Amino acid sequence: MPTLLFAMASILAVDDSPSMRALVYATLTNAGHRVLQASDGVEALTVAKTEAVNLVLADVNMPNMDGITMVRELRMMSDYRFTPILMLTTESATDRKKEAKEAGATGWLVKPFDPEQLLATIRKVIT
Amino acid sequence: MADHQPLLEQLKVVFFEEADEGLAVMESGLLELDPGSADSEAINGIFRAAHSIKGGAGTFGFAGISSFTHGMETLLDQIRSGQAQLTSPRIKALLHAVDHLRLLVEAARSGGKVDETRTDAVRKEIEREIEGHDTKVVPAVVATPGPDARPNVWSIIFEPNPAMMRSGNDPYLLLRELSSLGRATIEVDSTRLPPLEAFDPELIYLSWRIHLEGPRDEKTIREVFAWVEDECRLVIERQAAAPEVVVAVAPAQTNPTTPRPPQDPPVEQERRKTDLGSIRVSIDKVDALVNMVGELVITQSMLGQIERNFDLGKLSRLRDGLNQLERNTRELQESVMRIRMLPIRFIFSRFPRMVRDLSDQLGKDVELTMLGEGTELDKTVLEKLGDPLVHLVRNSVDHGVELPEQRRAAGKPGRGTITLEAFHQGSSIVIEIRDDGGGLKTDRILAKARAAGLIAADVQPNPEEINDLIFSPGLSTADKISDVSGRGVGLDVVRRNIRELGGNVSVSSEPGRGTTFTIRLPLTLAILDGQLIKVGDQTYILPLVSIVESIAMRPDQINAIAGRAEMYRLRDEYLPILRLHQTFGLAGGSQDHAGRLLVVVEGNGQRLGITVDDLLEQQQVVIKSLDTNFRRVDGVSGATILGDGTVALILDVAGLIAFAKGEGKKCSTTPTSSGRPWEAPQRRVDNI
Repeated sequence: MPTLLFAMASILAVDDSPSMRALVYATLTNAGHRVLQASDGVEALTVAKTEAVNLVLADVNMPNMDGITMVRELRMMSDYRFTPILMLTTESATDRKKEAKEAGATGWLVKPFDPEQLLATIRKVIT
Repeated sequence: MADHQPLLEQLKVVFFEEADEGLAVMESGLLELDPGSADSEAINGIFRAAHSIKGGAGTFGFAGISSFTHGMETLLDQIRSGQAQLTSPRIKALLHAVDHLRLLVEAARSGGKVDETRTDAVRKEIEREIEGHDTKVVPAVVATPGPDARPNVWSIIFEPNPAMMRSGNDPYLLLRELSSLGRATIEVDSTRLPPLEAFDPELIYLSWRIHLEGPRDEKTIREVFAWVEDECRLVIERQAAAPEVVVAVAPAQTNPTTPRPPQDPPVEQERRKTDLGSIRVSIDKVDALVNMVGELVITQSMLGQIERNFDLGKLSRLRDGLNQLERNTRELQESVMRIRMLPIRFIFSRFPRMVRDLSDQLGKDVELTMLGEGTELDKTVLEKLGDPLVHLVRNSVDHGVELPEQRRAAGKPGRGTITLEAFHQGSSIVIEIRDDGGGLKTDRILAKARAAGLIAADVQPNPEEINDLIFSPGLSTADKISDVSGRGVGLDVVRRNIRELGGNVSVSSEPGRGTTFTIRLPLTLAILDGQLIKVGDQTYILPLVSIVESIAMRPDQINAIAGRAEMYRLRDEYLPILRLHQTFGLAGGSQDHAGRLLVVVEGNGQRLGITVDDLLEQQQVVIKSLDTNFRRVDGVSGATILGDGTVALILDVAGLIAFAKGEGKKCSTTPTSSGRPWEAPQRRVDNI
């Protein structure tokens, strides 16, 4: 299993789509990570306050609080000033990418992605 | 990667469920939109649904669905950003696309096929609506450029902005990734480092010069820095070509998602029944269940303690423990049953669209109001309720609500109203379909019924009985067969379907004011609160909800009418009596009512007195179907196994009432053995 080469991390997956969350959850758990889940920005902030999270993976379009607002809020929390936050986005949404970056997002992963692409991207930000 | 395939296969089920929900959200959302006034939250919701389906479809390998949804997403994005106006052609195009998307999803689920020319036509309809559609809509696919053939040596200068780490990017990780592209030599430039007292550990003062042998093109290198391109100075220069030893290993952004071959040319779309399958349960319900199990474990250990060194002094504690166990069991049972409950919204959601389409088609103006959409009922009931409800709603649009000019002539507003309402009543769920149309034409129904031989010429039924005739097989009251209803499937089928679910459907109507269909269903099919009754040497079960009261019979209050039919005078009301001994043909049934009890039951708005020998305890019983092992028997809804292992039949009150009425009418004829439908199952069950 090449996926066990890096240390286990606590990863927060934020997406309003259960199938996306399920995919992220299954892939990352199989790779030995601990995966926390949230279905929108508000839930994600609650989780982030109570759990130590090493990496956040978040959708952009979500009800209640979108991903970009969530990034802005997270960056204001002292524990999350430097935490990698990756946005799950579509290629077409160039403006949103820029907006996300300006809000403080670390990078992005273009949808659709498959488990291998997800793991490869995670490897880029986990020490 | 091959070892991820099983995972994706498993998760496809989740994707399909989600796609179904997304489609429902899009459809109901679109129907609620008014052209011109854009409700941004509604449009956002629709957009998100399209967006999720597109993303999921791409991930799970349904390239066709993903690219089809792309156009919808683009149009919706333009509408929500105000770039495009919300017009009714746009809403219509989106609705068409939702319909077609449903076919595509269904085909992907069942492995069926969808007419490709149709897919193209719908896609083009959407594309025409996209603002500035001449700029071609291209599905979001990452372009993979053909790699430059020459292996190369690169010189890279990477100078991050001091604040780059604030976006969570670590230069070390970027350099690590860059090194993975080939053979790298990295030099650090520390000239910008400030004196220690001015040093801010959150800023980056270093920059790097990298000599890299490997990547064939600049793009591969730029991709490493893609996330930070606005947060650093990056210079990439190609040095002289390296000798041909280096084999570039660029694990770059290829796109391993093998796109599905385009779906095959037009063949009939296959639709698979998706009755079975998984169920999505909210976390709350699961949590409640876990709590319950926790309490059960506590009770169990408590009982365990009592059992050790048991003496009679602990009897009361044992009783407490058993009571607690009983409560736990009941709560656990309720929680488990609740998992199977789904909101009726799942079926209601299809109606706004249907009513709109139908009324357009019929030239009517109908407004649909839906109430109690959050009312939950058993999944099995829900799945089987769809078709009967569709039929009744169609019926209301077609036959109930009149044409606008007729309505105005009758002094009513031209726009008719159909109300769908669901609510709980005791342990049943009631669904009403009300229209404010012309009401049932009792004279016409009666004439047809007489013509069909359903009612003898000399019998004059009351209005309720006449209304009930519309559920008889072979009675269609529509003057002309329209495209909408009246295609041979009648209300008799509706009633049969509802009865199969253990429920009933009735109709009430007021001339000129409208018609109301009322469906009553048990909350769940599997469990019932029952009253055990003793008749002769047999035990039966009456659903507790149908019992109004029980009284000791006073022989002087019994009146025999027209021979065998008997009425009991209860306060100011006369109740028909059904003697279960006789009806069931049980031994030892004397004519004498003295000492017996009369249980007053109610069903379908009518009351009946049932004579029994004794009332036993009340308890929840698990319903076992008789139909699967035997056949449907009027008056008996099922059987259960009692605590002592004996089998008891569960009585169907509505059926008993119908039977008692039939008995009254047929008083002069000799009852045949077929008039005693209980006998056969009775023997059968006794033999178990």
